Amino acid sequence: MNTPLVALTGNPNCGKTTLFNALTGANAKVGNYPGITVERREGRLLLGHDAVRLLDVPGTCSLSARTAEEQIAVSALAGLDGGEHPDAVLLVADATQLSRHLYLVLQVLELGLPVVLVLNMLDEVERADLAVDLDVLRQALGVPVVAVSAAQGRGLDEVRRALEKVLRDPAAATSARVDGAPSGALAEVIEHVGQALPGDWVAPHAARRDGLARWALLSVEPDDELAAVPAALREAAQAGRERLEAAGHDVDLELIAPRWAWIDELLARAMGDKRTVIRKVTDALDKLLIHPVIGLALFLLVMTLLFESLFTWASPAIDLVDGVVSSFGQLVGGWLPEGLFRDFLTDGLIAGVGAVLVFLPQIVLLFFFLSLLEDSGYMARAAYLMDRLMKSLGLTGRAFVPLLSGFACAIPAIMATRTMERRRDRLLVMMVVPLTTCSARLPVYTLIIAALFPGPDEAGGQLFAGLSLQSGLMVAFYVFGTVVALLAAGVFGRTILRGSSPPLVLELPPYRLPRWRSVFRTMWERSRLFVSEAGTVILVCTVVLWALLAFPQEAPVSPELQAERGAVQSELDTLSEAQVAQVGNTPDAPDGSARALPGTEVVSGLQEQLAVLDARAEGERLRASYAGQLGRAIEPLIQPLGFDWRIGIGLLGSFAAREVFVSTMGVVYGVGDEADETSGSLKNGLREARWPDGSKVFTPLVGLSLMVFFALAAQCMSTLAVVKRETASWGWPLFLMTYMTVFAWVGAFAVYQGGRFLGYG
Amino acid sequence: MPDLPSLALGQPARLLQVGGPRSYRRRLMELGFVPGTELRLLRRNGPGKLLEVELRGGRVSLRAAEARVLEVEALA
Ligand SMILES: Nc1nc2c(ncn2[C@@H]2O[C@H](COP(=O)(O)OP(=O)(O)OP(=O)(O)O)[C@@H](O)[C@H]2O)c(=O)[nH]1
Ligand SMILES: [Mg+2]
Repeated sequence: MNTPLVALTGNPNCGKTTLFNALTGANAKVGNYPGITVERREGRLLLGHDAVRLLDVPGTCSLSARTAEEQIAVSALAGLDGGEHPDAVLLVADATQLSRHLYLVLQVLELGLPVVLVLNMLDEVERADLAVDLDVLRQALGVPVVAVSAAQGRGLDEVRRALEKVLRDPAAATSARVDGAPSGALAEVIEHVGQALPGDWVAPHAARRDGLARWALLSVEPDDELAAVPAALREAAQAGRERLEAAGHDVDLELIAPRWAWIDELLARAMGDKRTVIRKVTDALDKLLIHPVIGLALFLLVMTLLFESLFTWASPAIDLVDGVVSSFGQLVGGWLPEGLFRDFLTDGLIAGVGAVLVFLPQIVLLFFFLSLLEDSGYMARAAYLMDRLMKSLGLTGRAFVPLLSGFACAIPAIMATRTMERRRDRLLVMMVVPLTTCSARLPVYTLIIAALFPGPDEAGGQLFAGLSLQSGLMVAFYVFGTVVALLAAGVFGRTILRGSSPPLVLELPPYRLPRWRSVFRTMWERSRLFVSEAGTVILVCTVVLWALLAFPQEAPVSPELQAERGAVQSELDTLSEAQVAQVGNTPDAPDGSARALPGTEVVSGLQEQLAVLDARAEGERLRASYAGQLGRAIEPLIQPLGFDWRIGIGLLGSFAAREVFVSTMGVVYGVGDEADETSGSLKNGLREARWPDGSKVFTPLVGLSLMVFFALAAQCMSTLAVVKRETASWGWPLFLMTYMTVFAWVGAFAVYQGGRFLGYG
Repeated sequence: MPDLPSLALGQPARLLQVGGPRSYRRRLMELGFVPGTELRLLRRNGPGKLLEVELRGGRVSLRAAEARVLEVEALA
């Protein structure tokens, strides 16, 4: 027999993931924000000697699923998409909100699945001095009921025991319809719709036919986005509904209201009159935190602090990572003989790994703050506060969380859109999230700003008291990205993605002290997601780019350069011979002074000349390399933006991943492996770069133009891949890439040409 | 007929009818907003913005403009 599959489900934010972690010891992410679990996650749970597979399912308030993740939940429970049916369900309910959570319990019971009901948050129930009579619940529901505190690890053994029993004897924990069967016309229609159900939905438990028919009758509507429902069922459900409505029935009410009546009656017996937890602390905090004025001010303060600490804490860590990676590269370079393999290792592989690792400090930090905000319950308030702004852009408050994650990395942000109800809303967020200033843009901005704009101690380096030009620019680009993203949402929401987002229904969970273990777990989980999704792409692209830059190896050096180099070399040779020969007596020579004292400064001068010529030869080789050919091929396209072919190479590389630009610039400007955005040599390399006519390539205006380009362009393969996966189409990622590239070009063009028109640059 | 947004804060009330587009109406009903339910408005956040409603021992936030579909009567 297969290992049994147990699905763990319940309302959002009832503690499923906490229970999952407590039972399996696994590291699923937890958050005090509804909709944290957005994927199916499996763990192993030991019951005595037997293992079962435990599936952590996203939370849902009802089986009439709306959001993408709710649909995942329903499919997992009912096996709609041909997936595996669970052998049992661990159904979690928050005991402090039992009434609301029992609604889902009834729906799941109707599916005829064996259930163990777990009442979580026992600690809070006790603190609030509430009492739940478990026996009354057991009797009425006909399934085992266990009270636990997942956070404190209380009651876990009972859960295991109950589950073991249920798996041995599923029938004892199955209890189809508890609140009485409907009668008359409604019953007939349910019967009829039941006949249209696909065989494999109903197969293991014939009892679930009725439950699924009711589910279909309630859920199917013309624009429901339920991909798993076959046409025959869809028709039957719609026809049934029309028939009932024609006869004056209120179908939804007649299906839903009896459940509530039954729940009210049950809870009166199981809990008495006292069912509400008084949330003194939460209410007091909310007086301030979601106050329309004070709350908004505090929100801005929180965001400012968040980004401030992001910079002050992340940059030393970034420097550290950089230092470690480059010294490791040099170490390896020292061990190995010179040659292609060494170059591959140091400039390709190690540089690629470094390019991935260099993001981690910032991403990890931002995810740390996000999970802190989520676990404490503040994130739901932020969504609440942002609802008005989001609504004016045609979005809902729920769009706020994905948008905020976008400041770390667009990939988890795009995955977080699954908590949103409508495909249109999800698409809208996916299309604009890549415009927010993700951490991959940071190294690029840092390089350009440090190289091309005066530092705080130089002339013109201060904007006004306390704000340097360089930090001002950085802030300006964060604001720029955010504003463009919001504007784009407003425009797309009124054009290609027209429509209104559904009415808002939001729950504000009580504030809880964040649990550090779960905060660190979440942070770790998401960072891992970044490394696995983006890391591999970045690594591969760096290696490919290295190859494009390194081949062909033997590019012909122009004869003039060769001749020039030969001349300097022979002069140097004769000089050193002369140095050797010179023992005491001074030979007479045509230009006596130099020959007379072939001082070290002359030698080193010649050597310097030689180095310059070598760099020029390397430049010529680069020009002839595959990457150089590509760069020159696109030069006409980017020249109007003020970019030369070398920047072109950087741009090509950065379409794989943005920060590849920095390491590419390092190679292109011949400063070797130790190139990073803070290295002085790369900065100088950029400052010294010239057009063929001798004018500087990198003026501050070009820097601005380049930064605008990076702010707007969709230079991230992994993002496009995730958008493709989430939308299951090629169209949207292609659209995303096209519109952003066009934006980027037009934006950079406007900046560069506008600046020149005004006489800058 | 008074609607939910027009209730005074803290005033106990009974839900009489749920209107609105089908999917929103169903959603509200599945959250417990069925006729006969007792509820209370806990918070009204600025003019015409968000409401926080208490019902069945839990809380939900709705936009005031959208919550007009909930018809209520005040209880003594
Ligand atoms: N006091 C208390 N808090 C708990 C308990 N179990 C979970 N929590 C907290 O409840 C919040 C939600 O927990 P999660 O495990 O993320 O809930 P979930 O059901 O997985 O949520 P979604 O995946 O978003 O649907 C977190 O802040 C937990 O720390 C408990 O037994 N007692
Ligand atoms: Mg979860």
